[in-house]
Amino acid sequence: MNEQELRQDIREHLKQAIEGQRVMLFMKGTPDMPRCGFSARTVAMLDELGTDYAAMDILPHPLIRQELSELSGWPTIPQLFIGGELVGGCDIVTEMFESGELAQALGVEDNAGAAAPVPEQQPRPIQIGE
Amino acid sequence: MPSLDDVKERIEQALPGSQATVTDLTGGGDHLRAEVVYQGFSGLSRIEQHKLIYDVFGDEIGGPIHALSLKTTTPDGAQ
Repeated sequence: MNEQELRQDIREHLKQAIEGQRVMLFMKGTPDMPRCGFSARTVAMLDELGTDYAAMDILPHPLIRQELSELSGWPTIPQLFIGGELVGGCDIVTEMFESGELAQALGVEDNAGAAAPVPEQQPRPIQIGE
Repeated sequence: MPSLDDVKERIEQALPGSQATVTDLTGGGDHLRAEVVYQGFSGLSRIEQHKLIYDVFGDEIGGPIHALSLKTTTPDGAQ
């Protein structure tokens, strides 16, 4: 697979994760083992609210982060998406957590999605060189 | 690695009339926090406000500036 194809493949995975997951977190490391303080804090806030979410580690290949930032227009990690929309990074999530907006954003989505519940399923991890 | 004053000046030049307070979160010079007060944030979402500042630094974010934590407000205190 050349780099062009790899980029395309990664971009498709990212789009599927963003569009297919109600709450999607792109982070460094995993929720069980975050590899950056900002990712760890974001995970802690989501866990505190008790919401189901999917998470993807962007560290396995530098192109994952590059393609994600091109898709989202957001340069830093973590990035939280709710209902396919970028909510923000650690700073914005923190402000929203403290003001109650985050709980609201997660709750509103619940009601809106009542007609067609999206199954919570972890996206397939990106395999490099398959 | 840009100094705290560089970061402050570049934000204030890019967003005329803004006031930026830049601090070093870790002492290592590459995990920075900027609190920016700017009238032009009025009416923008938080995402749009933060993007205005990220755009000042482009690829330096994640490079020489490992992390730039942001807090954005308008002069009247609204977000």
